Amino acid sequence: MELWYTEQHTDDVRFSIKVNKHICSAQSEFQRIDVFEAVEFGKFLTLDGLMMVTEKDEFIYHEMIVHVPMAVNPQIKKVLVIGAGDGGTVRELTRYPGIEQIDMVEIDEMVVEVCREYLSQTACKLDDPRVKLYFEDGLRFVRTKQDAYDLIIVDSTDPFGPGEGLFTKEFYGNCHNALKEDGILVNQHESPYYGTYARSMKRAHKRIKEFFPVCGVYQAHIPTYPSGHWLFGFASKIYDPLKHFDASAWNALGIHTQYYNTALHVGCFAIPNYVKELLDSEDE
Amino acid sequence: MKKYTQQNAPIHEALLRHKANRVVPFDVPGHKGGRGNKELTDFLGENCLKADVNSMKPLDNLCHPVSVIKAAEELAAEAFGAAAAYFIVNGTTAAVQAMIMASCKAGEKIIMPRNVHRSAINALVVCGAIPVYVNPGVNAQLGIPLGMSLADVENAIRENPDAKAILVNNPTYYGICSDLVAIVALAHRHNMLALVDEAHGTHFYFGEAMPVSGMKAGADMAAVSMHKTGGSLTQSSLLLCGPSISAGYVRQVINLTQTTSGSYLLMVSLDIARKNLYQNGKELVRKTVAFAEYARSEINKLGGYYAFSKEMINGDTVFDFDTTKLSVHTLDIGLAGIEVYDLLRDEYGIQIEFGDIGNILAIISAGDRTLELERLISSLSEIKRRYSKDKAGMFDHEYINPEVVLPPQKAFYNKNRMVAIEESLGEISAEFVMAYPPGIPILAPGERITGEILSYIQYAKKKGCFLTGTQDLNIEKINIVEGI
Repeated sequence: MELWYTEQHTDDVRFSIKVNKHICSAQSEFQRIDVFEAVEFGKFLTLDGLMMVTEKDEFIYHEMIVHVPMAVNPQIKKVLVIGAGDGGTVRELTRYPGIEQIDMVEIDEMVVEVCREYLSQTACKLDDPRVKLYFEDGLRFVRTKQDAYDLIIVDSTDPFGPGEGLFTKEFYGNCHNALKEDGILVNQHESPYYGTYARSMKRAHKRIKEFFPVCGVYQAHIPTYPSGHWLFGFASKIYDPLKHFDASAWNALGIHTQYYNTALHVGCFAIPNYVKELLDSEDE
Repeated sequence: MKKYTQQNAPIHEALLRHKANRVVPFDVPGHKGGRGNKELTDFLGENCLKADVNSMKPLDNLCHPVSVIKAAEELAAEAFGAAAAYFIVNGTTAAVQAMIMASCKAGEKIIMPRNVHRSAINALVVCGAIPVYVNPGVNAQLGIPLGMSLADVENAIRENPDAKAILVNNPTYYGICSDLVAIVALAHRHNMLALVDEAHGTHFYFGEAMPVSGMKAGADMAAVSMHKTGGSLTQSSLLLCGPSISAGYVRQVINLTQTTSGSYLLMVSLDIARKNLYQNGKELVRKTVAFAEYARSEINKLGGYYAFSKEMINGDTVFDFDTTKLSVHTLDIGLAGIEVYDLLRDEYGIQIEFGDIGNILAIISAGDRTLELERLISSLSEIKRRYSKDKAGMFDHEYINPEVVLPPQKAFYNKNRMVAIEESLGEISAEFVMAYPPGIPILAPGERITGEILSYIQYAKKKGCFLTGTQDLNIEKINIVEGI
């Protein structure tokens, strides 16, 4: 018998992983939640059938979404994380002793429950005393905050489904309002490669630019995401991700990482020409 | 004839049978189940095109129903607590017009509030009945027209004992209800028919703790816009009649203007929507109210906006309020409703039902999701933060008492001439001017053009209202009545 997990990356492209065992399948109010176990990728989580994290490559995503902004402003103390139910982003954040407060807002409590039970590799730091979990709509949560956070990380699903509201103009505007005057917004920024994802990427970039004076895009290689080429958005009110980046200060923190390093920090903002052109073009 | 219950949808079932029988079409429509128009079929889907068929014996005929349409109309009548129901495929406009034209002949009077939909006054242009307008109450804070006060209706009756009918707008677009039971009783005491434009009140028939419906209040006829809040397709509607009305005569009046090629897509949507409302209406309305109440409380927390509700009830001109409506007053953030309406669409990708001078209205239904409600609320929060202005200089009312000089039909068909709007002061209008939506006329044929009306039109144009009604599509010229 052969058991394969297949994700449709486009109408005409499929990505498959051979599965040992289907460990968990649940239906929440918002989405279908599954955990599988594979030889190649270890355990992995899917939401509505779409790949979220695998044990083998989650470090790339979580290190890149956290250490890039932290290396630009190591003084960050209050962080808001939206989405991120698997806990991986929070795990990376808890490695900074200077961070005093991490508010994590996940709309779907069941995702967190499932990850606590089956994906302790990412969910292991959700009980850190600095972490406070809120199970509500991210858009709603951020609406009521003003001048409250040094960093907001948007670790969402794709903008088709429960994550839709986190790719909207009203959300970015509310985030701008919730950030302090030197605040940074980092979001998962989809992929430039396939059409549907590229459109989401362009829309997100266009909208973020309307609110933030500094607006960059950086990239990472994530094998299990569509096309493997994934982007992150770096937006801030003051800090430039390269000019204000102090490599020796970050290295002095002594945080051991598997993917991120300070040379890569500089390199990841160098993006391919076709992506630059997509980001600069006006049409959606 | 087969015995049907509310678990049936006779037209739906007949269409399924028709399809299964693979009847060879040598009749209209010429697209022949979609094969003749591939692009349209690709867009709408084969199922849809296959259901777009013509009247035939097994599918009945809307103009003269004897089988499945008759059965579907009887089930609708039962579901709505009416003596008879008519499927309408020309919009609720046609239902309102049939109601008026079945009640009044040329020269006969009908009592109605002036803030009726244009379809009601259009009916007067067509049939020649004479309107007796009752000024609706006005809420000074919000600047919006309310329901009719019972005392004003009594006055109108005393002054016009020969009137044939009273038309009530219930609820208004904003969700405001008049004292329907008392008005109906009053009408009947004076041998007048009670008609209800219930375009925004389909859900009153199925939800719990809703304002009273037209049929329940004993009205003689009610126009119910199934497509607005009842879940059927756009342009499909119902005309309901009480026991005092001659069913055959109403059918004849409907047939004066309704198409002889009634769309089966529209009719089957009415049939299935009725079944759904009967079976699930209570739950659907409960969900709608919960969504609307949540949005109202969150919007009121934002400050600056006022999402109004039952606190408006005053026992008379606001006798009740439809809590499924999400009406929001915007003037206090220094933005006209129409400006907020445009910002929501152009900046935030959110289309709401209408924005007028001082308010916006979002239609809420059981088809909504929390996700979208949060987007609406957050967008309103952002609009306030980014665009709010000083409220000085805002036009603060929607409703202007008209001076009616001529009956609508006389003004419309009288000799008239076109002048520039700004030169029309003091003249009598021969046509409508209205912002659409909501479609309540600022000017109707036969009304005096005053300075207040001209500045309202100018202001509405400046704020971006979509004005309609005049022959001149740019609304720069207006037809005025000559020689009177």
